[in-house]
Amino acid sequence: MMLRDRKPFHFIRPRKIWYTLSILIIIPGIISLFIQGLNLGIDFKGGSLLDLKFNQPTAVEQVRGVLEEFGLEGASIQRSGETDFLVRTRELSEDENLNIIQSFDQKLGGVTVQRSERVGPVIGRELIRNALLALGAASVLIVVYVAWRFEFKQGIAAIIALLHDTLVVLGVFSIFQIEVDSSFVAAVLTIIGYSINDTIVIFDRIRENMLNRKKGENLEDIINNSLWQTLARSINTVLTVLIVLAALFLFGGATIHNMVLALLVGITSGAYSSIFNASPIWYDLKRMENRRKPMRARA
Amino acid sequence: MKWDKLLKLAGIVIIVAAVAVLAVKPVFPDVKWLPFTKLIKQGLDLQGGVHVVLEAVDTPEAPVTPDRVKQAMAIIENRVNAYGVAEPLVQQQGDRRIIVELAGIKDPDEAVRNMIKTAYLEFKTEDGTTVLTGRQLKTAIEGKNPQSGVAEVNLEFEPDGAKIFAEVTAANVGKRIFIVLDDQVLQAPQVKEAIPNGKAQISPYESLEEAHNIAILLRSGALPVKVEVMEKRTVGPTLGADSLDKSIKAGIIGLSAVLIFMLVYYRLPGLVADFALIVYALIVLLIFAALHVTMTLPGVAGFLLSLGMAVDANVIIFERFREEMWAGKTLQSAIDAGFKRAFVAIFDSNVTTLIAAAVLYYFGTGPIKGFAVTLSIGILASMFTAITVTRYLLHLVAGSKLVRNLKMYGA
Repeated sequence: MMLRDRKPFHFIRPRKIWYTLSILIIIPGIISLFIQGLNLGIDFKGGSLLDLKFNQPTAVEQVRGVLEEFGLEGASIQRSGETDFLVRTRELSEDENLNIIQSFDQKLGGVTVQRSERVGPVIGRELIRNALLALGAASVLIVVYVAWRFEFKQGIAAIIALLHDTLVVLGVFSIFQIEVDSSFVAAVLTIIGYSINDTIVIFDRIRENMLNRKKGENLEDIINNSLWQTLARSINTVLTVLIVLAALFLFGGATIHNMVLALLVGITSGAYSSIFNASPIWYDLKRMENRRKPMRARA
Repeated sequence: MKWDKLLKLAGIVIIVAAVAVLAVKPVFPDVKWLPFTKLIKQGLDLQGGVHVVLEAVDTPEAPVTPDRVKQAMAIIENRVNAYGVAEPLVQQQGDRRIIVELAGIKDPDEAVRNMIKTAYLEFKTEDGTTVLTGRQLKTAIEGKNPQSGVAEVNLEFEPDGAKIFAEVTAANVGKRIFIVLDDQVLQAPQVKEAIPNGKAQISPYESLEEAHNIAILLRSGALPVKVEVMEKRTVGPTLGADSLDKSIKAGIIGLSAVLIFMLVYYRLPGLVADFALIVYALIVLLIFAALHVTMTLPGVAGFLLSLGMAVDANVIIFERFREEMWAGKTLQSAIDAGFKRAFVAIFDSNVTTLIAAAVLYYFGTGPIKGFAVTLSIGILASMFTAITVTRYLLHLVAGSKLVRNLKMYGA
């Protein structure tokens, strides 16, 4: 028993280190978000996308050559494999689309359209609006639930941790300019769902330990013990989810690649923030409350 | 060893194994609903198809009105039906938008071009000459013949059309006039007499409703409003099949890795959890099949993620269970205490994730909605299996005294 009680380190006391670590990770991302923003896909800004498979090995220059005939010098051409190309252009009408595909087919020895997408600018604006509404609604509902089942300050601490995870994912996607599409919104909301899940399991343990509080045991140590007690679960859960995600990332289809990447980054961040941010922040919020109370009593 | 419990355990294992085989392998080819994983509907991104959002736009000649949007929808539905795909979807969204989804179509781009093209209504004589087009038709209104009460469609031509119509009918008494829309013969009424005033009736119809539908198609042979593509997503059948194969492969690899991890880390309870996880996967697939959930690519990801969630519930329980064992409880009471204490944590944590999934469902569209649905079903099923199946099995294993070494329970 004694051996188990000796913890290698305290989770709450050096919390400034954890906060600093988080801030160090987030700040480059925020700077990048301001400078270069996100690499928004056609889902957000509108445009057309063609996923083409040629019958024979084809060079980027050949594809560009055909596109230039249609005045599409600005098209982005991405090659994946000998014969596979992703072409992104401004929004094309159905007739333009048909002409371009026919031209590819005739000039480059046959082509199959694997995927063809066209998104108008209005749809993109609606998507951004819905994404922000969804993030807002999810945050509010989660705070309300946590406040009801636990306490309001824990709700606030949880939301700060979620904001942390969202910023980490946005930052990584901004720094590396990875394309963001509508499934990214789903990924962020799932990350929020998982991260809050981790946080709640820890809060649940704190809630239980507070009820069985021994005399003289301070909040700092109760939280620390709770974190240690739930640590194995926190690590194992994240590991299993990461195993599944890694399999999806390595072997799953290309279309959900970016979504899975966002989940990988976000769920790792969520595991960190649940342990190193949510509970310490709640502790700080509690301390602020205790410090303010005597002041009020004097007034 | 207690043989009755051991027998029960063996029975459960055999039943689950049988269900698992029935789920994926066509053992009874005659039974329509087996293997039931075949009943799970595949989304457009997995079987190929097209999702398109059309919007009616104002033009000086034809401003958008609710009636015109309704007409346009009827016309598009008519055109889409010509492709003969299973369960085409044509749906109005808001005032001006029409959503069309066609699954398993060979050339999705062509289908889209067809949807938005201006339709062509023609009147042809028996020898195939086009005598009139939709432009010369003024109105087509359904009605009931005042004398006979039979449902009919009343046509009225524009003045120039009326003149031609008079000549054509005079020359074709006793013959048929073909009314052709987009190269499809809609009606072939027989000319009874020459019609000089540009007004004609087509009859009889079974009901006023049928006459109404024909009237809509006639008076709106061409789309009554300009329709533009707001959003279009097409997936070719090969890419869809490829995505499905890859997701299944990724799923099997991911699931196997998780099963091994649980077994190595938690030993005997891990084995029980692995078994519960398989039961969980079967339950979820059954629900998908029963509720006709449409499986999309993000939906597959949602399902696999919920597997992680299901493992989590077991992890929470086992960690608690270990603690209770360390605290010196007996095997059976440690199991009960572990479950009791773990339940609150599992419940609260899953509810918050469900909140996120519900929000996603409300604000998301298409495949994203599919993701939210599979994730939610997965979370609910994982709570159920963790607190019923795992618990029952763990008690059964412990009660059977098959394994007495406490180390095997992770203590």
